[in-house]
Formats: sequence, C-alpha cells, structure tokens
Amino acid sequence: MLKIEALSAGYGQAMVLRDVALEAQAGEITVLMGRNGAGKTTLMKSIMGLVKASGTVTLDGVALTALPPHQVPRHGVGYVPQGRRLFSELTVAQNIEIGLGAAPDARSHGALRAEVLALFPRLAERMDQRAGTLSGGEQQMLATARALCVKPKLLLLDEPTEGLQPSMIEQIRQVMLAMRDKGLAVLLVEQRIDAVLGLADRVFVIENGRNAESFTRSDLAAGEARLRSHLGV
Amino acid sequence: MEFGPYLLLACLEGAVLAAVLALMASGLSLVFGVMRVVNVAHGEFYMLGAVAAWAVTSMLGAGAVANFVAALVIAPLAVGLLAAAADMTILKRLEYDPERTIVATIGLLYVIQQLTLMTYGADARPVVAPFNSRIALPWVEWGENGLSLYYPWGLSTTSYKLFVIVAAVVLITGLRLFMAHSRAGLIMRATQLDGEMATAFGVPVERVYAIVFGAGAALAALAGVLIVPIQQAHYLMGGDALLLSFIVVIIGGLGSLTGTVVAAILIGMSDGIISVFFSPTLAKIIATLVVALVLVFRPQGLFGAKDR
Repeated sequence: MLKIEALSAGYGQAMVLRDVALEAQAGEITVLMGRNGAGKTTLMKSIMGLVKASGTVTLDGVALTALPPHQVPRHGVGYVPQGRRLFSELTVAQNIEIGLGAAPDARSHGALRAEVLALFPRLAERMDQRAGTLSGGEQQMLATARALCVKPKLLLLDEPTEGLQPSMIEQIRQVMLAMRDKGLAVLLVEQRIDAVLGLADRVFVIENGRNAESFTRSDLAAGEARLRSHLGV
Repeated sequence: MEFGPYLLLACLEGAVLAAVLALMASGLSLVFGVMRVVNVAHGEFYMLGAVAAWAVTSMLGAGAVANFVAALVIAPLAVGLLAAAADMTILKRLEYDPERTIVATIGLLYVIQQLTLMTYGADARPVVAPFNSRIALPWVEWGENGLSLYYPWGLSTTSYKLFVIVAAVVLITGLRLFMAHSRAGLIMRATQLDGEMATAFGVPVERVYAIVFGAGAALAALAGVLIVPIQQAHYLMGGDALLLSFIVVIIGGLGSLTGTVVAAILIGMSDGIISVFFSPTLAKIIATLVVALVLVFRPQGLFGAKDR
C-alpha cells in the first residue's frame, strides 16, 4: 500500500526529515508519533507533495514523489491537516465541493457526497453555513468529510482530535475505525498514547526527523514504557 | 449654466471615469486577492489594450462598429495571453514571492512600455467610437406653472459615454456572478484562501495563477479599449491609470472586489466633480490625501480583511 523509503525533506536549507522509512497497509491504522517538532507534519506534507523532498513515496506502486502535488489526491490520498485548514469563508457545501473536485470519477459525485454526509449528519444540516463559523468539532467533521470526498485509498489525519471535547473525539475515532474496516489505509499523527493503544495496528516513532522505533499491535502493550520515554511523558 | 445642471454634467464625467477605473482596478484586485502579487505592470496592460484597439481598428478597415467589436474581443484576449505567458515565464520562476514579484513587474512595466515606444511610436492615436451621438439632458426648473423640464445649453453627453458606463456595470456584475457561482470562481476563491490546501485537493494552483494573471490583465485591457475612443492611445497612458487603480484598491481593501467597485465610484465621481468645479490637479491631491488617511486609520481599506 503506502511505502516510504529514504525520505528526506525540509524547508529551504533546514532539513526536518532524514532517511525516514515507513509502511502503511490497507485495512490498518498506522500511527505516527513523536515529540513536538519531530517532523510528523512534515512527513504528512511530504506524502502530499507539499514540501520539497527526496527519497520515494509510493502508493500501490505509484510513485507519489514523481507527481505534481495537485495530482497526489487524484491517486487516492485524502488529507486532514493539522488545525483543519478549512476554506473558512466558503460554505460547508463549497468545502465539500472542493473535496469532490479531486475525486476520481465526476459521475459519482452525487453518491459520494451522500455517502460522506451520512457519516456526518450534522454537516448536512449546515450546508449553507460558512465553515469559519462552525464549532471546533464541526470543523473537524468537515475537514474529515472533505478528505473522504476524494474517495481515498489512504487517509492521512494530522492530530484530528486536538482540542476537541470527548464526545467529538469518540466520533472521529469511530469514523477512523469505519474507514479501516472499509479497507482504507489510515495514517494518523497522534500525541496521546492512551488514544493510540486501542486503535493502532502499527506505531512508528520519529525523533529529530529520523526513525526511532516501531511497534506492531502485538508488541505495543509490552513496549508502552519505551513509547512513553520516546515521547517524554 | 446653473449649479444643478453643471453638477449633473460633472457627475456624468465622473461616472465614466469610475466605470473605467472599476474595471481596471478589479483586475488589479483580483490578481492581488488570489495570488498576493502586487502587479506594478497593470497599467501597461491597460495601455496595451488601448494600443491593440488602435492596431485592430486600423488593420481591419471595416465599419466603425465592426472594428470596435473586433477590438473589444481581440485586444483583451491578446493582452490576457501575453500576461499569462509572463506569469508562466517570470512570476512562476520567482515562486510568487511577494517582494521579488514587485521588482519583476516593475521590470515588466519598462519592457512593455519601451517595446511599445519602439514599435507603436510616441504619438497619441485616436480610435473612432462605434457610435457617438450627442444626447441633450433635461433639467427641471420651478416656474410660474410649477415644475417644468427644459434643456440647458451645454448639458449633454454622448451615447458612447453612456455605453462605457453600462458596459462596465455589465462586465463587473458578470465577474461577480462568475466568482460567486461558477466552479472556476469557487476554485479561485479556495486558492485565494489557502493555496496549499487547494493543491492538496487537486487544484493546479500554478495554472489558476496563470489564468488569474491573464484575466486581471484582460480586464485592464478591456478598460483600455473602452477608454480609447474618449482618450487617445499613448505609450505612457498606463502611469496615471495605475496610480488611480492603486488608490482605488487601497481605499477599497486589497483583494476585495466589492471594496474596489465602491472605491472606484468614490474616486471616479469625486475626480469628475472636483475636476469640473475646481481643477484636475486638486482632484488628484484629494484622492492621494484620502489614501493617506485610509492607510493611517484603516490600513486594511474599507472592505479589506484585517489579517490580509
């Protein structure tokens, strides 16, 4: 599914990631962890082609790093960025429309829109409301819905539960589990170990822009202390 | 002429300037709004529109209406394509960096201006208006028999000037509807709000930038075509137009189409009225003073967002 090899990336002269390797499989939730500034968001942006990077990122054999950035979502990558980054002055319907624009088949837009809105009925009631006026939880729903409109094979979520109330966190968690069960590869950036333990099939830890350690679901419980030490908690 | 009819005449002159200014400044505002590029060469695209209109009407040699319609279509299209090419060969290479693109568009200004001087020459050349009948305007007076209409001597305009006002209203309304309701307008607004996120959702942002830069220049060229039957085409005519356009977009709020139109009406009308009653120089002094006051007390402009 997703295979990252020898990925180095940064901003201008400053290198943030060095020789990072990672894999994410379909039907699994892969979690990327690390301290603040470790390079998690840069890794997500590198997959999307939004930062200059060397190395290879392939999705089902397609080299995403060789594509112009705007073609990456068309190959089945949905992105929920940190801080949601909605088009705040556009309505909910227009944000959804932008997401649908990157879906592979224009003829299926109607069905895809209905399918996504069925996951987030609250958004369906607010289609004409400006995205910037939604509550934090609703904004996160919209950011997730917009990414799902791409009809992704790979869903990238960068700290989707940050700053949300528990009920909303649970709803986002349920959506991630539903997407996993549907066969999507989910790559999640998350800081909270408690949230990861019951959810992750694999965990990759990066420190100072390099691979530090990885865990599978079976050895995660035994390695919890090491994971905590990596994160400094 | 009495004060009332004289004021009406001044307002009509101001409305023509406001119409042309609104069109031209909308292009400047569109480019800044979507691309965050301050296009210093914008006035030269206006000049190129006027010069291209002269070239098309001279070469075609058909009737005045056919010549002018051809100029209205060909000149903005040619100038828009030229601007899109400039975007792809110059601004894209600078990665749309705000500071470097200012320097680049200053360079573009001089290149266009000097190439025009070398090929078109230094003479101002006229374009015949497609229609230009004089329309006498009525005024009211209170006489012995109550209110009555009369036609004061000298109170008139031309059908072409009214056409310029109507054409600008139609074009700007069309632009607003396009931005608000079309899929392309939605993509432009999304790119304006967050270019990186637009890319992450499949929008080819660099292509959008080329189209927007071309469309902005085409709007300036349209304004140039519309004005050239009133003012002659001249290779230096872009300078004043650029200054007024900057005044308009600063007062209206950079990137705000509504603000641009409101400020164009404000500046155009005040310029027309002050020029008729006092002097054109005083009109420019007051416009510049208004800009200074706006920059001090409301730097984001009348309709601009504070964080822009």
